[in-house]
Amino acid sequence: MALGSALMVIISRNPVHSVLWLIVTFFAISGHYIMMNAQFLGIVNLIVYAGAIMVLFLFVIMLMNLNAETEPKKNKWLKMAGIIAGGCLLLVLVAALKDAEVKSSTVQLVDGEIGLIKQLGHVLFTEYVVPFEVSSVLFLSAMVGTVVIGKKGD
Amino acid sequence: MNIEYYIVLSIALFCIGIAGVLTRRNAIIIFMCIELMLNAVNLLLVAFSKMHHLKGVAANPNAGIDGQLFVFFIMVVAAAEVSVGLAIIVMMYRNVHSVDVNFLNRLKH
Repeated sequence: MALGSALMVIISRNPVHSVLWLIVTFFAISGHYIMMNAQFLGIVNLIVYAGAIMVLFLFVIMLMNLNAETEPKKNKWLKMAGIIAGGCLLLVLVAALKDAEVKSSTVQLVDGEIGLIKQLGHVLFTEYVVPFEVSSVLFLSAMVGTVVIGKKGD
Repeated sequence: MNIEYYIVLSIALFCIGIAGVLTRRNAIIIFMCIELMLNAVNLLLVAFSKMHHLKGVAANPNAGIDGQLFVFFIMVVAAAEVSVGLAIIVMMYRNVHSVDVNFLNRLKH
C-alpha cells in the first residue's frame, strides 16, 4: 500500500492529487511504526508530516494556483532516463542485499518498550540533551529565515 | 518479521523518490519526493532499532533506542527544511511566475 501510493505521488499530473497520495503514504508508514510498537514516532509522524507539512504544501500549491495542469511538455528521453536510473539503483541495492548477512535477523513486532514515550523521553533528556537544545536553535533560525525570505518586497 | 522485508520496502520507497526527483519538473513535486526519501530512511532506522533491541535487550534494556531518537531529530530537521524551502519556492514563483526547474537553471534573471 505504501509502495502503490508512493508511485501515485510521482505519476499523478495534478500536484494536489500528488500531495494527497503523499499523505496516504505517510499514513502507511505510521502504520508500520505502530506495528513495530514505536508509538511515539508513529504519532509524531502523523502530526508533523501528515498534519503540518502536508497542509503547508497544500497551502503553497493553492496559493500558486497550480491545480491546472501547468507542467509543460518535457523530453520523453529524459523522463525515461530518470526512470531507468531509479530502477537501476533499486536493482543494485536489492542485489547487494542478497549477499548481506541479515538473513537471520528479525524485527521485534508488537512488544518491546523502547518505542514508548517514557523511555524515549528519558534518554532524550539525559544523553541527547545538547542536540535537543541545538535543534531548538535550528528551529528558531528556520522560523526567522522563513519570515525574512517570505517577506514581500526588499 | 524478517528484517529483509523492511529493507526492501525502504529501498523501493527511496528509489521511487529518486525517480520522482529525476523525472518531474515541478519544484514542489521534487520537494515532496525528497520528503519521501527521508521517510524511507526513517522507516529503515526504526526497523534496525527494533532489530538491535531484540538482540541486545538482555544486556541493556535501552538497546537500540538511539535509532528512534535519530529518527526524531531527522523529523525536526525535515520540518525546518520544508518551511525554509517552501518560502524559497514562493519567492521564486513571485519573481519568475513559474516553478518549472528548467526555467530556474541560471540562479538569476
